Amino acid sequence: MDKDILIEYFPLYKDALFLTLKIGWQGIILAFVIGLIGSAIIHFKTPVLKRIVGIYIELFRNTPLLVQLFFIYFALPKVGIQITAQTCGVLGLGLLGGAYMIETFRSGLEAVPVIQTESALSLGMSDFQTLWHVILPQAISISVPGILANVIFLLKETSVFSTISLMDLMFTAKDLIGMYAKTIESLFLLVVFYLVMLLPISIIGAIVERRVRYGQFGD
Amino acid sequence: MANLGIDVLFKGTNFLRLLQGLWVSIEISLIAVVLSIILGLVVGMLMTLNNPFLKAILKVYLEIVRIMPQMVLLFIVYFGTTRVFGWDVSAEASAIIVFTFWGTAEMGDLVRGSIKSIPVIQFESAWALGLNKMQTYFYIIFPQTIRRLIPLSINLITRMIKTTSLVLMIGIVEVLKVAQQIIEANRNSSPNAAFGVFAVVFLLYFIVCWPISRLATYLEKRWE
Amino acid sequence: MELLKVTHLHKEFGQNTVLNDINLSVEKGEVVVIIGPSGCGKSTFLRCLNGLEEIQGGVITISGLPVEAGKRDITKLRQKIGMVFQSYELFPHKTVLENIILAPTKVQKRDKEEATKEAIALLDKVGLVDKKDYYPRQLSGGQKQRVAIVRALLMHPEVILFDEVTAALDPEMVHEVLETMIALAKSGSTMLIVTHEMAFAKAIADRIIFIDKGDIVEETRDVKEFFNEPKTERAKKFLKTFAYE
Repeated sequence: MDKDILIEYFPLYKDALFLTLKIGWQGIILAFVIGLIGSAIIHFKTPVLKRIVGIYIELFRNTPLLVQLFFIYFALPKVGIQITAQTCGVLGLGLLGGAYMIETFRSGLEAVPVIQTESALSLGMSDFQTLWHVILPQAISISVPGILANVIFLLKETSVFSTISLMDLMFTAKDLIGMYAKTIESLFLLVVFYLVMLLPISIIGAIVERRVRYGQFGD
Repeated sequence: MANLGIDVLFKGTNFLRLLQGLWVSIEISLIAVVLSIILGLVVGMLMTLNNPFLKAILKVYLEIVRIMPQMVLLFIVYFGTTRVFGWDVSAEASAIIVFTFWGTAEMGDLVRGSIKSIPVIQFESAWALGLNKMQTYFYIIFPQTIRRLIPLSINLITRMIKTTSLVLMIGIVEVLKVAQQIIEANRNSSPNAAFGVFAVVFLLYFIVCWPISRLATYLEKRWE
Repeated sequence: MELLKVTHLHKEFGQNTVLNDINLSVEKGEVVVIIGPSGCGKSTFLRCLNGLEEIQGGVITISGLPVEAGKRDITKLRQKIGMVFQSYELFPHKTVLENIILAPTKVQKRDKEEATKEAIALLDKVGLVDKKDYYPRQLSGGQKQRVAIVRALLMHPEVILFDEVTAALDPEMVHEVLETMIALAKSGSTMLIVTHEMAFAKAIADRIIFIDKGDIVEETRDVKEFFNEPKTERAKKFLKTFAYE
């Protein structure tokens, strides 16, 4: 392995990492919001919306992100919906992640005993107050391991962004391998940068999982 | 529909080619799933043994799979091995290796989880009857875990099919590549073909994956 | 003054009639104890009173206003009806104090400082003021249940429903909770209590309601006599199950 090459390539990978993180972070926030809204719709059994959310979940959980991105990026402009590659990445990741987050939140909501809801209602709280102050905080803490697993999954999924010409880590690696044939160095940096991005989250996930698995407060 | 490019698919053998492209990734998925299930049973069993050395190795293995995107693994196997060892691994073989490596870890973890859910006393009563470790696993433990494992294995198939779409990146001509070729070939006569063709690819994946995941959910509910 | 009125209450789960034709009127300041065998419908009855269960017939009114499950103004009515559950149901992610002031500040929009002050005063009364910043899981069952009672009280309800509040407690903790309730009864609160503690029922009740198979079988203000010499065979048989020869 050539040390000079590594030093030369390093800034390229650093920029790529920031791009990946930027899109990844925005996509995850979007997924989180979709997850909250979608799971609330299912939780309250909102008539028509419930069906729409159900169809959305099935559509996005049963197709690859790559195909979703191709559709958003290459197909939608043909019907007049033009968006940039970055927006496409955020949107694709958010929609895919949203479908998973809804399921995660939903099972968290189901894990909170019904009598907690009744207890809040008997204090005169509205449905929304009950959800917001009583059920959601418990559901989220139950969902934390699932949420972190989703975050890792989504950050890994960003590796397909290169197909819509976003200069992320994969794009950079592929480019350098193709142009300069410095395969070993390029792959080495690729692995290192993914480790830097995902290992800390994975470790935090393991610690947090042990702490909050049973929704334990007050330790 | 003409202006949305669906018509392109009915020209010549275009639709057939698209299906053939899809079959390429399904074929890779199925081979990898079968290998993953077999190896996963072994790995899962190994994970429940109390050998610290084995445990450490398997933990690192699981962590690699958990953190590294499959695409990175594909690149390492496809580009890296040629460079380091001088092997000429074909793209298809690379894909099968990587997806089996990934699937085995996933399956192994599922197997470990379901073995762990069997009460220790089941092992002990089998040993008390004079069964050895292998016999205990094959006659007593696996049959009890099978109902839990079948839906999870079926789920692995859909995840595998979705993930194999990545082989596009190492030059395998699968459904997305065929789609791009069709769009490219018809760019003058049908400039909007991208919409119709990619919409159809989207639906094709859904048509393949949806029934399989419904089946998994159905079995899971029925056998719980 | 009539506070709570139930006329011809009918409740069924599917084909199963749980409450047949219940009629009851509760005066302000009255302590009504409801007893009966397991599955007789007494807990369901309490749950109907604050609209946690939909009813299939009859009318429930509180201060003249009808209680109907699923109606928009049910939250307004529930503020007048406190409820304490068998399993406490404190909110595990909130401290004792937060549990208590949540509904007064969010639902009744009361001033946080004022609510806190009252909460602390009430906690002091039940001997738990030093636990105000603890989380529920750090408390014993008896302590949790006393917090749950304080939580219901801070809403200033006109009537409080107690649903087998000592059934989940270890025997040595039953007493502290019952003491709290007796003090409450003495202070003039209107209470409806479902319980299996016969000695406690005898001590606290102004009126006994005996429910069996979905009907009020016996109802009396002569509490002593009910326990010594019930009028109906069914009540006799029921009370016998608590005696040892």
